[in-house]
Amino acid sequence: MTATWWAVIAATLGCYVTKLAGQSVPQTLLDRPVVKAVADSLPIALLMALVAVQTFAVGQHLVIDARFAGLCAAVVALLLRAPFLVVVVVAAATAALLRAAGLAA
Amino acid sequence: MSSLTGDVGSDGETHWHVERRGITANALGVGIAVAAYGVSFGAISVTGGLTVLQTSILSALMFTGGSQFALIGVLIAGGGAVSAVATSVLLGVRNAFYGLSMAPVLRVHGAQRLVAAQLTIDESTAMAVSRSTEHDDGRASRFAFWATGLSVFVFWNLATLLGALGAHALGDPKRLGLDAAIPAGFIALVWPRLRDARAWTIGLAAAAMALVLTPFLQPGVPVLCTATVAVVAGVLEVRRRSPEPTT
Repeated sequence: MTATWWAVIAATLGCYVTKLAGQSVPQTLLDRPVVKAVADSLPIALLMALVAVQTFAVGQHLVIDARFAGLCAAVVALLLRAPFLVVVVVAAATAALLRAAGLAA
Repeated sequence: MSSLTGDVGSDGETHWHVERRGITANALGVGIAVAAYGVSFGAISVTGGLTVLQTSILSALMFTGGSQFALIGVLIAGGGAVSAVATSVLLGVRNAFYGLSMAPVLRVHGAQRLVAAQLTIDESTAMAVSRSTEHDDGRASRFAFWATGLSVFVFWNLATLLGALGAHALGDPKRLGLDAAIPAGFIALVWPRLRDARAWTIGLAAAAMALVLTPFLQPGVPVLCTATVAVVAGVLEVRRRSPEPTT
């Protein structure tokens, strides 16, 4: 078994147990203001951290390359209320074009 | 009330048929919209080095887009399996809270509950809570949950397979800018949550923290560390809402 397989299996189990817990555990266990407030903030923090790292990191190094231009294009697409697939394709196309033109790494 | 049910009953049933058709149409619409995202997930996962089988298993058994994207994102970036799993599961924590609000409406037990849990995601919950439960004992809300959950499940998995199989034909992921598609996907996911200054503060603080930690920690770990931003933000939010009692 490769590390990827272990990660796929463990994360799948973890995500399912989390879903089931919400349907099963007594209300009082999760229904606390502070738990709710942390859970509301969690996706924002993690997703924005992922945006930052996936845009600027290469391993443990920080670089500015075509991905940053792609991200900027994605934000413009979002401001124009484009649907998900358009946002992703616009970002990829921007990065691909800059690389093809030799303007970015 | 009982004297009225005879008159209202048939009207109510007609109304229910109309409402049910509307909910079904919405559920299909959400499924098709989600499919676009599923194609990108399948393609990015396979060009990033996961197999078609691994990619399909994630969509069928994990079945929660943000967590799936987080797992493959961290793995593709060279992060360790442990931080990939932890980030993925932490992103899925919100589903527990969806389940919490859905349980009183769904009222399922046994095997049904196991299936309901799997279908408890952003889309099914959003569609269910948008229906009032006051007048019909939650019937429309329940129907919206199941219809949306099943629709998204079918479209999401078909789309993932399509993207995964098509990815082989795409070629070099970097030449096509697919590495830029990953952060674009994440920003699109978080975008609806960035509604106010508080959300932006949390998001930008987490982004800055992840970048500052990147040179010092193994890939994947900096993202995980930003969970502390959420904890601090959550505690501050509760303090702000309920001022300190004068003890």
